[in-house]
Amino acid sequence: MTPVLLQLFWLFALLSMLAFGGGAGVLPDIQRAAVDHYHWMTPGEFLDMFAISRAAPGPGSLIVLLIGQKAAGLPGAAVSFVAMFLPPCVMVHFVARGWHRAGRSAWREVVERALAPVAIGLTFSSGLALMRATETGIIAYAITVIGAALFAFTKVNPIALLVCGAAVMLMSAG
Amino acid sequence: MANREIGRPSLASLFVGFVRIGMMSFGGGLAAWTRREVVQHRGWLDEQQFLSGYALSQLVPGATNVNLAVFIGTQLRGVPGALACFAGLTALPVTIVLIAGTIYIHSHAGPWFSIALSGMGAVALGMNLGLGVRLALNNIRRIAPAAVTAAVTLGIGVLGFPLPYVLAVMMPVSLLLAWLGRKP
Repeated sequence: MTPVLLQLFWLFALLSMLAFGGGAGVLPDIQRAAVDHYHWMTPGEFLDMFAISRAAPGPGSLIVLLIGQKAAGLPGAAVSFVAMFLPPCVMVHFVARGWHRAGRSAWREVVERALAPVAIGLTFSSGLALMRATETGIIAYAITVIGAALFAFTKVNPIALLVCGAAVMLMSAG
Repeated sequence: MANREIGRPSLASLFVGFVRIGMMSFGGGLAAWTRREVVQHRGWLDEQQFLSGYALSQLVPGATNVNLAVFIGTQLRGVPGALACFAGLTALPVTIVLIAGTIYIHSHAGPWFSIALSGMGAVALGMNLGLGVRLALNNIRRIAPAAVTAAVTLGIGVLGFPLPYVLAVMMPVSLLLAWLGRKP
């Protein structure tokens, strides 16, 4: 492996283990490393990559593909992908096996009922944190709030919502 | 819904189910799409099982929805199931991101590109918040769990406390409340 590939590997393997509550939590660390420390890209390029990875389907953590690609081409993207996803996947696999083995035991029922409100709270808090970090301006906030209400209380097609969101944003930008 | 399956789904249907989730989730909103496919359309998990998996996927570090796919795959079909779900979820998005990245690195799209992206991102965030509202309405029936949800939301989402600290306090509290409120 070339030095850059090793740098990519260790960076994302380490950050993947620190990404509590989802990949968005370590985005500032990724930005610091890719822009300020290793100089793989400019701050503006990082923000564009963030926008691409967030709008593209799939997990937002796929931004590591773009950073790896910019730093070291396709091999860089492949190494970054493996480093970012392998460690957490192995961990969650063993958690799931233990969970499965617990079957319908009494303690699992209690843990399930304890986890549900925590999961819902984390859903709200990750949404709010992302709103603060990525949205500027009343239009974006309004789209998010209206989208949340429509998604929660109607059966509107989410793809139609996404298209409307993009159209409203474009029109408001003139 | 149409293609509800009873018992253990095949590896192929796990893969296809997660390809659909990966394909739909423009702008994010993955948790909402996963619940729609896995709970509502296919009936592989009930809501309670989905919620525990979703919570555990957030307690383990890493991308929550990738963790959730591995969790669901492991539950339903062990290691091969985990691989099928992971591959299904990431196959199309990886391709799309790499193509978008190649175009981006070699050219420069107009500003309309990132404006449209931000509009879709705003809707996807709304979908995740709307999912939270739906889950809360469906699953929270009593004061104690409602207070746990409110405390987690306030601590991390509003006040910005680090997630590990908030969970280190709220998980034991929630466990204690669930244990005290268990059915005799």
